[in-house]
Amino acid sequence: MAIFIDYDLCTGCKRCEKICPYNGIEVKDGKAVVNERCTSCGVCIDNCPENAISSDIKEKEVPDFRDRKGIWVFAEQADGVMAKVTKELLGLGQSLAKDLNQELSAVLLGNNVGHLIEELQKYGAQRVYLAQHELLSVYQTNPYTKVISEIILHNKPSIFIIGATPIGRDLAPRISMRLNLGLTADCTELSIDQEDGLLLQTRPAFGGNLMATIKTAYSRPQMATVRPGVMESKKIGTSSNCEVIHVDSSLTKEDVVTRVLEFVGEKKKVVSLNDAKVIVAGGRGVGSEEGLKPLFELAEALGAEVAGTRIVIEEGWLPVERQVGQTGQTVRPELYVACGISGAIQHRAGMLGSRYVIAINKDERAPIFEAADWGIVGDLHEVVPTLTNAILNRKGK
Amino acid sequence: MNIITLIKQVPDTTDIKTDPKTGNLIREGIESIINPDDRHAIEVAVSLKEKYKGKSIVVSMGPPQAIDAISEAIGMGIDEGILLADRNFGGADTWATSFTLGKAIEKINAYDLILCGRQAIDGDTAQIGPQVAEFLGLPQLTYVMDIEEVDDRRIIVKRGLGNGYERVESPLPALITVIGELNKPRYPRVDLLINACKENARITLWNAADLKVSVQEIGLSGSLTRVIKTFSPKVKREGEMLKGDKGEAVGQLIERLAGNYLI
Repeated sequence: MAIFIDYDLCTGCKRCEKICPYNGIEVKDGKAVVNERCTSCGVCIDNCPENAISSDIKEKEVPDFRDRKGIWVFAEQADGVMAKVTKELLGLGQSLAKDLNQELSAVLLGNNVGHLIEELQKYGAQRVYLAQHELLSVYQTNPYTKVISEIILHNKPSIFIIGATPIGRDLAPRISMRLNLGLTADCTELSIDQEDGLLLQTRPAFGGNLMATIKTAYSRPQMATVRPGVMESKKIGTSSNCEVIHVDSSLTKEDVVTRVLEFVGEKKKVVSLNDAKVIVAGGRGVGSEEGLKPLFELAEALGAEVAGTRIVIEEGWLPVERQVGQTGQTVRPELYVACGISGAIQHRAGMLGSRYVIAINKDERAPIFEAADWGIVGDLHEVVPTLTNAILNRKGK
Repeated sequence: MNIITLIKQVPDTTDIKTDPKTGNLIREGIESIINPDDRHAIEVAVSLKEKYKGKSIVVSMGPPQAIDAISEAIGMGIDEGILLADRNFGGADTWATSFTLGKAIEKINAYDLILCGRQAIDGDTAQIGPQVAEFLGLPQLTYVMDIEEVDDRRIIVKRGLGNGYERVESPLPALITVIGELNKPRYPRVDLLINACKENARITLWNAADLKVSVQEIGLSGSLTRVIKTFSPKVKREGEMLKGDKGEAVGQLIERLAGNYLI
């Protein structure tokens, strides 16, 4: 298996060099050359404007999937409480269903979880596949995989999305191998390709340094896990109908191989900037350890973690596990509040995957403003407390 | 107790720098390392072997240079390594990778426990462990943060789930994926490393024919997903400056935050 370049057609435009995820193709003396890092992934073939790249990889045949319809969402729950990500998936599912003009269904497994149907409907489910069994009361890999795989085989959906939670990441790959389905992990964006109706699955790779868009043409349902906290949930009017399909799960004790002995909940988990949805970060402008106080107050109001730039860590104002940047962690929260940070590229490299960025800095020429969605020029020691109060006031209403 | 550990050689993504002008990755000079979670899996394998005897094998799929990762694992105390290297394995997605690894494990045949890191830092999918477990029809225990008990018939572990932990028991053979909290991986021993680099080192290369797999089932041809494009995350933003005194500016900011469901 190899990639070939047609030198009569290649113009040395370097598009392949730019787009290769592995640095496996380079332009030398005006022509593209494949090097030893090439994995034959084929990304360059589709992206060459001159059609100069080809390979001996046989294009797989796409089976006829015209009978596959419907967008499905895995309704994750624990102890009869809906996981937040379920509502987010339904919010996303609503727009996918609209684009394809297909129905949105939720797959709900558990024991005594019938009361969740109303909530699923409120967040957009038009149909609920409900499987209840005492062996499903706590999530376990084998029985959940078995029941969901059977529901998929009988009902032939087109798309199946699951939250990228510890449960979803345990379950989804298991189903993908059982039913031989392509699966894309941890997506941050899903949409429909207007041309062929396929699901476009976009996710970060290489520690968030690169984004990749992936398609699953060869199997159905097209399966993806979606990062929690990225999609928005949307309530709909209650007048619409919701069909409930009771699934008879013929589970026996032999289907449950592992045994959960106990679950021990922990109130406060260790600092994990990677998982934080909101981060309030300080730079040189905070001035001292004491100067971080308003940042901690804002973080409290926003339910955020506090982080710092290299200088803040070197000065000892914050511990090293809270450093963001090239030498620290790469983070991609929903919201990043940069306070008194000038925005050196080394710092920006660690936070440019953030969904929204607020910059607060005294110097209006600070490069951080280029990396921000919203900027306020001012002293963080005045602006941050004002912002904290405004948020607390709003919450109080 | 015979233990198979699945490892991957990855680029050190914490080392990756982006071009400030174009936002493209600068890949030159990036070191290749054993995936961090996999080092913890190797540590489990070596310490279990010290306690229970038996054979420990690492298996990796990758280009020829991935042999360095296998040598390092042997340096840490693993007995043998198998590198699945074949041009036809290239471009594999997680399904095709798990299929190939599963075939290799079937060929090894004798095992009580299969260990993997939770996820690799270049792909972050966390799919290989569960997919291999399903391929082999084994129970899986993911996110393992502690091994409480293990004997030749069963294992009891703690699974770290973010909001707490779960204690689970499973019969063996089983597959477990481990997280960093589990242990502190040892450094390779120089004498073992030297042995690993000698000609008679116990490292075997298997290609597609050795695994009796067809080209259609592996690599890009076997993959069910396709990367259709890659791009850099956006570096520049609208950069809307909010004017007025601090009260007015904060007022506008609150509106924007609420409008985007951020508060």
